[in-house]
Amino acid sequence: MDFTQLRAQFPTLEQTLEGYPLCYLDTAATSQKPKRVLDAMVQYYEKDNANVHRAAHQLSSRATSQYEAVRDTLSCFINAQRREEIIFTHGTTEAINMVAYGLSAQIKKGDLILIDTAAHHANIVPWQKLAQRTGAIIKPIPLTADCRLDETAYDALLQDKPAIVALSHVSNALGTLNPVCSLIARAKQAGAFTLVDGAQAIAHLAVDVRSIDCDFYVFSAHKMYGPTGIGVLYGRYDILDTLIPLMTGGEMIKTVSFEATEFNILPNRLEAGTPPIAEVIGLGEAIAFIDELPRAETCRRENELICYLQSQLELLGDITLYGAHKDNVGAVAFNLAGEHHQDVGILLDQQGIAVRCGHHCAMPLMQSLQLKGCCRASVGVYTSKDDIDRFITALTSVKEMLL
Amino acid sequence: MSQAAQPATEDFLALKLDSSEILQSFENTNNWQERYRQIMLLGKTLPKLGEEFRIEQAQVRGCESNAWLYHSEIEGKHYYLADSDARIVKGLVALLLAACQGQSSEDIANFDIEGYFDQLGLTGQLSPSRTNGLFALAKAIKASA
Repeated sequence: MDFTQLRAQFPTLEQTLEGYPLCYLDTAATSQKPKRVLDAMVQYYEKDNANVHRAAHQLSSRATSQYEAVRDTLSCFINAQRREEIIFTHGTTEAINMVAYGLSAQIKKGDLILIDTAAHHANIVPWQKLAQRTGAIIKPIPLTADCRLDETAYDALLQDKPAIVALSHVSNALGTLNPVCSLIARAKQAGAFTLVDGAQAIAHLAVDVRSIDCDFYVFSAHKMYGPTGIGVLYGRYDILDTLIPLMTGGEMIKTVSFEATEFNILPNRLEAGTPPIAEVIGLGEAIAFIDELPRAETCRRENELICYLQSQLELLGDITLYGAHKDNVGAVAFNLAGEHHQDVGILLDQQGIAVRCGHHCAMPLMQSLQLKGCCRASVGVYTSKDDIDRFITALTSVKEMLL
Repeated sequence: MSQAAQPATEDFLALKLDSSEILQSFENTNNWQERYRQIMLLGKTLPKLGEEFRIEQAQVRGCESNAWLYHSEIEGKHYYLADSDARIVKGLVALLLAACQGQSSEDIANFDIEGYFDQLGLTGQLSPSRTNGLFALAKAIKASA
């Protein structure tokens, strides 16, 4: 694979910021988009723009075909059993909200909901709301000292037969990887509904929902080289079919009268209103982009970059790494000795380095690490070794200024 | 701003920052490194607020780090005390206070904060989309006077 050619597909990366070339290490927040994704969306608006599922005319028919083709693409991409198991959402957050709301009638007082301590707020707050509605109880699954999910504690918690187990595939703040296949198998044995937040995994790992065997798997397009405002809820058909729709209105109904309304079948039942059609088409193009990559090679490259990043940070000294393991995916979390992460971020920004500094929407994780926050550098397919070197050089000058 | 405990009047009056001197020192900088060194030095001139004043009611929203602001009107002039747990943020806060300390309501109302930061070579730091809290702080100062 010609890396230069790959990188050249991302227009945003070609810019300088006050004399410094942009060094984009914030892919975990949102990835940059290859031009073909932007083109696909423009093409839709310029040539095929019409509403979907009302194909009384040719444009609508074209738009609907393209829109529904992406469902098929996604179904193959994550190896779902049926295309109806793919629901378009606005993103991971909406997808988890749909599940947490949708299960309301199946959760009762005293039921236990287990949540990964490293979970993103999007995988915590909807469950808290569900618990408030139903009287269920939330328990965090603790982490070990090296920031892995504590499997001994997990197995002990499973003894209490939780109703729901919500995990992250990859932690957004730390990049740590959960052994989801084994964790899900044990949760299912305990009789729980299972959800995996795949937002940070989907761009970096080949995801097979049948092998993970979770009931729900959710992710966002914008973290996988696709547009913002579109995401995916995968659900096992029989369970997905039991969800109470969070959103009701047009598109999701079969018949409506003022006396009663009958809902449509899946997937429409869970897709109320006009969907973000251009974004779905953009997502389809992002998947085509990923599918054309030599996946094994890019995965290996990304892993090498992560390991290189970790070792260069350690070499720099006065750096604390959090949950740094060789098998981390996409991200490295760190702090500069005794310095506020925001100061580090401001000074890196002066040098064209884009990293995220903060609590990373994972306040419970930060509390468990007793941190106010940290810096996170994250990579994507377009990240080069040169990016890492420039980041380390910039951080060296930050260190000189602050320490 | 806080209705709770306030730092003592003499503490407000004790904080003296010379904005013309500061502007001069920024004019002599050649690059961002020197500018941010100046910012950090300036931050050190702000006295550390005691723990009893580092409280939620005094916190400036929209800031990734913790920043606290106190205001007092003494004989028709406005005085401020502020602190942050991040050094550069504290320096940026000091820059803002330097321009407002001991000023009248009218002066503060007329104060062109954006122009001031442009003059300092720090355009962009005062954006509402930044998480340094400066925008919120500037708003709070304008509102107080």
